Amino acid sequence: MDQAPPSLLLDARRLAKAFGGMTVVNEMSLQMGRGEILGIIGPNGAGKTTLFNLLAGAIPLDRGQIVLDGQDLSGKGPEARIGAGLARTFQIPRPFARMTVLENVMTAAQGQSGEGLFSALLAPARSAAQERANAARARDLLDFVSLSHLEDQPAAVLSGGQRKLLELARAMMAEPRLILLDEPAAGVNPALLDLIIDRISTVNAQGVAVLLIEHNMEMIARLCPRVIVMAAGKPLAEGRPEDVSRRADVIEVYLEGMPG
Amino acid sequence: MELLAYCAFFLTIAMTYAIICLGLNVQWGQTGLFNVGIAGFVGLGGYISAILTTPEAAERIGGFGLPIAAGWAGAMLGGAVLSLAVGLLTLRMRSDYLAITTFGIAVALQLVFQNAETLTGGAFGMAFVPRPFAGFQGNAFAFNLANLAVTCAVVLALYLLLEHLLRSPWGRTLRAVREDEVAAQALGKNPASLRLQAFALGGAIMALAGAVQAHFIGFIAPGNFLPMMTFQVWAMLIVGGSGNNRGAILGAVLVWAIWALSGALIAEVFPADQQARAASLQIVVIGVMLCLILLWRPQGILPEIRSVSRHLGRRHKDQ
Amino acid sequence: MNPQAIIDGLIAGSTIGLGAIGLTLTYSILRFANFTHGDFLAWGAYLSLSLMGLIGGLLAELGVRLAPFSFTLALPLAVVGGIALTVLLALALDKLLFGRLRARGADAIIIVMASFGASMALRSLLEFIYTAQPAYFTTALQIAKPLGLGLRATPDQLLVIGMTFVLVAVLHLIVTHSAMGRAMRAVSENPALAGVYGIDVAQIVRLTWIIGAGMACIAGVMAGLLVQIRPYMGFDLLLPLFAAAILGGIGSIPGAMIGGLIIGLAEAFAVQIVGAEWRAAISFVILVLVLMLRPQGLFGKAGG
Repeated sequence: MDQAPPSLLLDARRLAKAFGGMTVVNEMSLQMGRGEILGIIGPNGAGKTTLFNLLAGAIPLDRGQIVLDGQDLSGKGPEARIGAGLARTFQIPRPFARMTVLENVMTAAQGQSGEGLFSALLAPARSAAQERANAARARDLLDFVSLSHLEDQPAAVLSGGQRKLLELARAMMAEPRLILLDEPAAGVNPALLDLIIDRISTVNAQGVAVLLIEHNMEMIARLCPRVIVMAAGKPLAEGRPEDVSRRADVIEVYLEGMPG
Repeated sequence: MELLAYCAFFLTIAMTYAIICLGLNVQWGQTGLFNVGIAGFVGLGGYISAILTTPEAAERIGGFGLPIAAGWAGAMLGGAVLSLAVGLLTLRMRSDYLAITTFGIAVALQLVFQNAETLTGGAFGMAFVPRPFAGFQGNAFAFNLANLAVTCAVVLALYLLLEHLLRSPWGRTLRAVREDEVAAQALGKNPASLRLQAFALGGAIMALAGAVQAHFIGFIAPGNFLPMMTFQVWAMLIVGGSGNNRGAILGAVLVWAIWALSGALIAEVFPADQQARAASLQIVVIGVMLCLILLWRPQGILPEIRSVSRHLGRRHKDQ
Repeated sequence: MNPQAIIDGLIAGSTIGLGAIGLTLTYSILRFANFTHGDFLAWGAYLSLSLMGLIGGLLAELGVRLAPFSFTLALPLAVVGGIALTVLLALALDKLLFGRLRARGADAIIIVMASFGASMALRSLLEFIYTAQPAYFTTALQIAKPLGLGLRATPDQLLVIGMTFVLVAVLHLIVTHSAMGRAMRAVSENPALAGVYGIDVAQIVRLTWIIGAGMACIAGVMAGLLVQIRPYMGFDLLLPLFAAAILGGIGSIPGAMIGGLIIGLAEAFAVQIVGAEWRAAISFVILVLVLMLRPQGLFGKAGG
């Protein structure tokens, strides 16, 4: 393996995935630097969601390699990736609806010893101390995403946009180095959109890299200095959002993807 | 006085069922794992404890004469190990496979109780299982009362322990897995491992119940651990309210009361030669009751309460 | 080793296989492990027994023995009625209990639990009506005839084995070659989609119960004819039935039959080594081995 430059965070090489003989992600490679914010766009069916799921570990790779910070994650399941510093959100948010907003965020803490049966039984003091520290941090994160006033409510009461914010707070709770965001603008009312964009940008300013899959070009343009346009399972173009959106081949694949 | 002694006896048995119910509540109420072999796990605990604590006997292996507490601990360990084995085998598959396999475990263990005579005493079982407060045995009331106190203490201790767990990070993670397995996995939780832990904990508690019961009665035989017991315990938990530890205890007392009273009624009403036959009606009643509750009030008498983790404290506004 | 175990195994396997067909069908089409299925066997046997008594009482001229078999013409007639009644029982149970839970969108495991409760109730009801004393279709003694190679079998036993093979072959042909069978497969693959394609799912559910309960009744009568009828006979067969259905691969009719035969033969040979008192443990051991080595069964699809 060649030496990774110190600024390289994510190195995904020749990722491939086919469903029933249909190639959806086709030998796609992708690099991200530390603290970078990268957008991935493309017409429907370009393979964005599959790429996302491959990176998140939700589906296994057919071929290829995913290395985060020198650590090979290729064969690891979703539960191993967050511990390695790779957090994700869901396109349709999946809060634990009957648990409180605060508990939702606290569940995302990594390395809480009281989550094992034996330490919950045998070392209650240690787990209680961890819980207090985690609760304080979870509350700070709820402040950050403006959900503090709802901390005791079951997550079921949250609106679509609030759920996106809750998922962002949950992801941050795990102290990741890279967050994968799956269409954070989808289904969000415009009033909340500004808040979400601002919070993503703040998260990024704290040094957390963000990979964003999004249809909303406004969000992409405001957040991402660099985007990759995907088509037919591989990158078609790469560059600044305002540059790639003018390229003829990019416009063409978008037109092809239009229904009718 | 005799009636009071009987009440104490009745309540002690009901409390041993409450222990089983608490174990089942961990598996089913909190984790959603369907165990159809409860009688096997309870019986295993009873036999392990009996083998460890009975005085040496010529006709069989075992009889180590250990203290009762060692028997209880051995029973819990055995129950946990068996649960781990069953869990490892089936928890990665569809939920029905666990049901079928636990059903099979109970059948297989029943055969061991019946046939492994050198270990279990065979069909006649084992006598001389040491009883706590055996010194009081002359006075039925004092003896039953002392045993009731011990059994209640076990129930209370388990109740507090389980409530503690429910509010611990472990309980929270278990709830998260039950609500949304995919999201929990994305947050780094391992659903298979959590389920396994819950199943083993429940199995250990069931086995403890078997040990407590065996030492109270002072005698153990395969006939105590028929599928009937599994069925009664399920009825207890569903009636009381699955997911709720108080419901589990309430259901145990209530269904056991219905059972004992209807048994007494049958003994009064039916002639002696028809009693065995009439007793099967008791089972029909409980079976129909179970189905009716599943249809009309699946949450039981005491529905599950949403529990929240401890140590969340109050929010300090000016921090 | 005594070669007679082959005959014993085939006989037990026939009952188990026929019984497992209903179990595997309800599992793949209605998607739950039905613990009442064993009781359908017991109810089928008792219902047929009662009808046989009724027919024999009304029509004395049917009381002539059907040589070389041990029973009179009243038995086959009664079995036809017994099948109808067992099917009615299954349909009624589905209407009152399982169907309602399905309509409410209850978890599969809740339906399994309901079937467990219903099973206890049904079995105890049998015990109440008929008592725990074993009953018999016939008290006639049959001589086992030598078949060569040291094997012996009574005419009744040969009839049971022969009928089982005919029934399974016919059923398999119907399911693989008819529109009904294709519809059943479609529902078991994807019930929502099958409904969209105009398949009457309710009709398929009924058909599943009809086949399952019908086969269960025949299996119960066979077990009753060759051994005895007891309220617990179905319950005692439940573990072998589940093991056969899983060994054969859930959803496969020939798989269930072959699974049943393997379990019957394994039991027959194993009891010669470990003793008859351990018979019930054999299917458990097989079940555990299948779950460890090939959880999809012999004829099942992987990942199912």
